[in-house]
Amino acid sequence: MMWLVLIVVFVPLFGAAINGIFCWATKRKAHLIAVPAIALPAVCSLVLLSQVIQGNYLDKVLYWWIPLGDLRVPIGFLVDELSAFMITTVTFVATWIHVYSIGYMDHETPRGYAKYFCYLNLFVFFMLTLCLANNYLLMFVGWEGVGLCSYLLIGYWYEKASAANAGMKAFVVNRIGDFGFMIGLFLIYKHMGSLVFSNVFAHAGDLGLGMATLITLLLFTGATGKSAQIPLYVWLPDAMEGPTPVSSLIHAATMVTAGVYMVARSHALFNVAPFSMEVVASIGAATALMAATMALVNNDLKRVLAYSTVSQLGYMFVGVGVGVYAAGIFHLFTHAFFKGLMFLTAGSVMHALHGELNMQRMGGLIRKMPITGWTFVVGALAIAGIPPLAGFWSKDEILAGAFMHGHKVIWFVGTFTAFLTAFYMFRLIFLTFFGKPREEHLYEHAHESPPVMTVPLVVLALGSALVGLLALAPHGGVVGFLNKTLAEGHELVQHEEGVAHVLMVVSVLMGLAGVAFAYLMYMSRLPDPEKMAARFRPVYTLLYNKYYVDEIYFAFVINPFVTGSRYVLWKFVDVVIIDGTVNGVGRLCRLVGGGVRYIQTGYIPDYAWMILVGAVMIYWIGRLF
Amino acid sequence: MGGVHYPILTVVTFFPLVGVLILLFVNKESKEALRRTAFVVTVVEFLLSLPLYFQFQLGTHNFQFVEKVPWIKMLGASYHLGIDGITLFLVLLTTFLTMLSILASWTIDKHVKEYMISFLLLETTMIGVFCALDMLLFYLFWEAMLVPMYLLIGVWGGPRRVYAAIKFFLYTMAGSVLMLVSIIYLYYHHYKVAGKLTFGLSSLLSSPVSASVAPWLFLAFALAFAIKVPMFPFHTWLPDAHVEAPTAGSVILAGVLLKMGTYGFLRFCMPFFPKATLHFSYLFLTLAVISIIYGALVALVQDDVKKLVAYSSVSHLGTVMLGLFALNLQSVSGGVLQMINHGLSTGALFLLVGMVYDRRHTRLIKEFGGIGRVMPIYATFFMIATFSSIGLPGLNGFIGEFLSLVGAFKTYPVFAVLGTTATVLSAAYMLWMYKRVFFHEVTVEANRDLKDLCFREFMIMFMVVLAMFWIGVYPKPVLQRMEPSVLHFISQVKGNPSVQIQQKELSSRAKEKLSMAAFAVENKRLR
Repeated sequence: MMWLVLIVVFVPLFGAAINGIFCWATKRKAHLIAVPAIALPAVCSLVLLSQVIQGNYLDKVLYWWIPLGDLRVPIGFLVDELSAFMITTVTFVATWIHVYSIGYMDHETPRGYAKYFCYLNLFVFFMLTLCLANNYLLMFVGWEGVGLCSYLLIGYWYEKASAANAGMKAFVVNRIGDFGFMIGLFLIYKHMGSLVFSNVFAHAGDLGLGMATLITLLLFTGATGKSAQIPLYVWLPDAMEGPTPVSSLIHAATMVTAGVYMVARSHALFNVAPFSMEVVASIGAATALMAATMALVNNDLKRVLAYSTVSQLGYMFVGVGVGVYAAGIFHLFTHAFFKGLMFLTAGSVMHALHGELNMQRMGGLIRKMPITGWTFVVGALAIAGIPPLAGFWSKDEILAGAFMHGHKVIWFVGTFTAFLTAFYMFRLIFLTFFGKPREEHLYEHAHESPPVMTVPLVVLALGSALVGLLALAPHGGVVGFLNKTLAEGHELVQHEEGVAHVLMVVSVLMGLAGVAFAYLMYMSRLPDPEKMAARFRPVYTLLYNKYYVDEIYFAFVINPFVTGSRYVLWKFVDVVIIDGTVNGVGRLCRLVGGGVRYIQTGYIPDYAWMILVGAVMIYWIGRLF
Repeated sequence: MGGVHYPILTVVTFFPLVGVLILLFVNKESKEALRRTAFVVTVVEFLLSLPLYFQFQLGTHNFQFVEKVPWIKMLGASYHLGIDGITLFLVLLTTFLTMLSILASWTIDKHVKEYMISFLLLETTMIGVFCALDMLLFYLFWEAMLVPMYLLIGVWGGPRRVYAAIKFFLYTMAGSVLMLVSIIYLYYHHYKVAGKLTFGLSSLLSSPVSASVAPWLFLAFALAFAIKVPMFPFHTWLPDAHVEAPTAGSVILAGVLLKMGTYGFLRFCMPFFPKATLHFSYLFLTLAVISIIYGALVALVQDDVKKLVAYSSVSHLGTVMLGLFALNLQSVSGGVLQMINHGLSTGALFLLVGMVYDRRHTRLIKEFGGIGRVMPIYATFFMIATFSSIGLPGLNGFIGEFLSLVGAFKTYPVFAVLGTTATVLSAAYMLWMYKRVFFHEVTVEANRDLKDLCFREFMIMFMVVLAMFWIGVYPKPVLQRMEPSVLHFISQVKGNPSVQIQQKELSSRAKEKLSMAAFAVENKRLR
C-alpha cells in the first residue's frame, strides 16, 4: 500500500519537475507528461479506496523529517476512509480539468503552456500531501504549498495588474489565517507533546475545555483563510483573475475545501470543544448567506460562481460545525463535481467569446454552444438541490443534520440560502444561455468548444447528476462510509424519518421557488430586474459593492500599516531618532575634538602649565579618595 | 578526535592566506587570472572544509578537531581551535558563501587584485572567529575581520561608501572595546580565583564572576554582539552598509558577519553570565520581538530592494535571538538553524539583487516591473529565494522559523505569538516587492532587453537553491549534529541538574506517547 501512496503523491511532483525544468523542451507537448502524471495517481487512488473499503488502513512513516528532542515530526502518510475519499475526489476531478486545460490554454506561448502544466501538477502534489499527511506539520506543508501554487496560477497572466495584485492578496490573506493555524500547532505541541494525528487525537480528551476551544478556534482561523470564510473570504473573488481551469480546480473543487477537510480531520479535537463547533457552524451559515446575497447582483460570470463557492463552502462548514462531519465532506465531494463543472463551462463560454465575462452582454448562447449550455444547466440543477442530482443529497444531509442537532436558526439560514442559490444560478443561466442575444457581435462569433474541452464537461455533468446516488449505496452510502472515521467517539443524532422527509420537501421547494423566481424576473421580466434594482437602490448598491468590505480593510488595516511604517517608523523613528542619535554621537565627538584642538598650541610653556595643572588635580583627586 | 590526522582547522583557517600569497605573484593587469585564482582557492577551501562535516562525531557536545599550542606564554594565551555542532555549520556556511561570493565578483573591475586579497583575508578571519577557543585569539580575529570588510565597503562600494564604511567600522569598534574590557576582567578574575593566567574559554568559564559584576560584564558583551546582530535599536549601520557594499560584500555581511553577533551571544555572553542572562532575558526577548516586527514593517515601505532585504535581516535575526533567549532545545536549534538559513536565503537575495544591479545600475523598485517575462530564469531563482525567506515549508527557512517559534512558544507564548506575526509581514513585504519588480508590463524601456542569467550566475544560484532544498526537505543531518551542543549550551545557561531532569522528564513523556503511537500504527497495519 505504501507504494501506491508514494506513486499517488510523488508522480505529480515528478511531472511538475519535468515540465518545470525542461519547459524549453516539452513546450506544446507538456500535457503528454502532465495528464498521465495525474491520471496514474487517479487510478492508484481508486485502488487505495478499494483497499480501505476492504478494511486495510495505512499509517506509516517514510522518514523522520524533524527529529529534535521530544518534537519528532515524520514525513508520514495516513490512509483511512477520509483521506482515501479525498484523494479519489481530487485526482478524479483534477484529471479531467487537466484534459480540459489542453484545449483552454492552447493560445498560450509554448513555454507558458509548459509552465502552466508544471504549476498544475505541483498543485496536485501539494494537495495530495495535504490530504494524506499523518501529522499536522506535513499537512501544513501541503497547506502552504497549495497556497503557493494558487499564488502562482492566479498571477499566471501577471502582466495584468489585477492578476498580479490578486495573487499577492490571496497569499497574504491566507497567511493571516495561517498565523492562527501555526499558533494552534504550537499549542497542540505544547500541550500534547506531538503533532502526529494518531497521538494528538488519542489524547484529545485530556485537553481542558478552554484549551481545546482555543486550539480549535485557532485551527479554524487557518480554515477561514484557506476556505474563504468570513472574515478572510475577500481573496477568493479576486482569485478569478487566474485561468478558468485553475478557478475550477483550485478555487472551487479542491484547494478551498482544504479547510473543511482539516476541520473534519481534527474532529476529535472539535468534538471536545462545543463552543468552537458553534462558531464554525455560525461562521459557515453567515458566510453562506452573505456570499449568496453578493452573488445576486453581480454581472461577472466567474465572480458569481466565486461567491457561490464561498457560499457552498459555508454550507460545508455548517455540516462539520453541527457535527455531521461526513455530510460536510459529502457536500465537498458533490460540490467538486458541480462547481468544477460550472467553472469549466464558464471557461468554455469565455473561450468562445474571447474572454468576455459580463453576462449582461450575453444571452441565447445555448443555441450556439449546446453542450456547454446544457451541462451548465445540469450543474445548476445540482447546486440548486433538485433531486436526484448530486447537490440535493449532500445539502439535504447538512440541513437535516443542522435541524436534528437543534440548530434551527442555522437550518433556516441554510434553507433560505438554498433559495438564493437557485435564484442566482438560474439568473446566470437565463442571462447567459437563454433569451435573446444582447450583443449581436459577440453572439455571431460564439462557437462550441473542441471535444477536448467538451468531453470533460460531459463527464463532470454525468458526475454532478449521478454521484449523489452514492448516498443510497449499501451500509449508509458515502456518509456511512465516512462515518467509520468521522463518527469515532461522537454520538450522531438519528434522523427521524418523518421530520427528515418534511425538511427534504421544504428544501426542494425552496430550490424550485428560486428557479421559478429567476425565470419570472429574467425571462418574463415580471417584475423587471432594472426596476427592482432602482426600487431597492441602497440595498442593490450595497450588494453590488460587496458590502464595501475590501474598502474597509484597505482604509482601516492596510493603509494605516503602510503609511505608519513609512512616515512614523522609517522616516521618523529610524532616520530621525535612532540614526540621528548615532550620527549625533559622532558629531559630538567631532565637536569636542574641534574644541579641544585649540589647546594644542605647540608652545612648550603652555604644555608645561597644563602638566602642572594636571598633576595638581591628580593629587587632589587622590586625596579625596 | 575525528578521523582526520592533520590539523584540519588550521588548514581551513589559513588556507585562504596561502591564496593571498599566490595572488601576490599574479600580475595586477591580468584580471581574469586573478579572478580564477581566487575562485580556485575558495573552491579548494570549501572542499577542505567538507571533511569537517563528514568526519564529525555524532552524539557529543565536546569540541572536535581540537588543536592547542601555547602562543604567548607570558600572557597565558594559546592558539586553541575547535568546533562543535554549532560552529561546524557556521564554518561550512562561510566557506560556501565565500566561494559563491568570489564567483559573483566577476564583474568587479577596479583593483581586482586588492579586492580578491581582501576577500581571502576576510575568509580567514571569519573562520578564525568561529573556531577560536581562546578569548584573545577570538578577539584578534574579531577585530581583524573589520579591516578587510571596511576596505571592501569603502573602496568598492556605492556612492556613499565612505560614510557607510566608517559608520560600520566605528559602530562595531565601539561595541568591541567594551567587550575587550570585559574579557580582560574575566582574565584577571580567573587569575585571582585559580591562580593561572589564561585566555582559554573553558578555563574562564570555570570561574564565574560575582553577582554584582556579572550584569555589567554581560551588558558589555551584549552590546558588542547586539550591534553586530544587529538588534533594534543598534541596527542603523546595517542598511547603510548593505546599500553601499558591493554585492559580495553584502552577501558576506548578511550571511556571515551578522551571525557573529548571535554566535557571540551563544558562545560567550550567555554561558559566561548565566544568571545575568536569565535576569535580562525579558529585555532581550522584547528587543528581539521589536526587531522582528519593526524590521518587517520598515522593510515593507522601502524603495530600494537592497535596503528592503537589509531590513528583513533585522527581522530574521530577531527570530534567531528570540530562539536563543527562549532557551530550550527546539528554540535554540531553530535559532541556530535560522542563522544558516538566513545566510542562504538573504545571501541568495543579495546575489540576485547584485545581478540585476550589474545590468541596470539601479536597485529602486520603481525602476523595474515586468522583469519576469524578460528574465524568466532569474525570476524563478528570485521566487525560490523569496519563498525561502518567507519560510515556505519545503524550503530551509520554514524549518528554522518553525522550530525557533514553536520552542519559544513553550517558554514564552506571548513573545512567540508576537514573533509569529513575521510570517504574515514577511509575505507582505517580499511579495509586494516581487510583484512590483517582476510582474506587470515592462514600463521602463531599458528593461526590455535585459539578458537572462549567464552560466556563471546560473551556477551560483543553482548551488544555493540546492542547499535550500536540502535543509528544507531533510534537515535531520544538521539537527542531529547540532543537538548535543545545543543541549550543552542550555545546561550551561540554565544550570546543569534541573535542566537535565526536565529534559529527561519531557523526553520520557514523549517517548511514552510515541511508543503508544507506534503501537497503534502497528495495530492498524495488522488490522
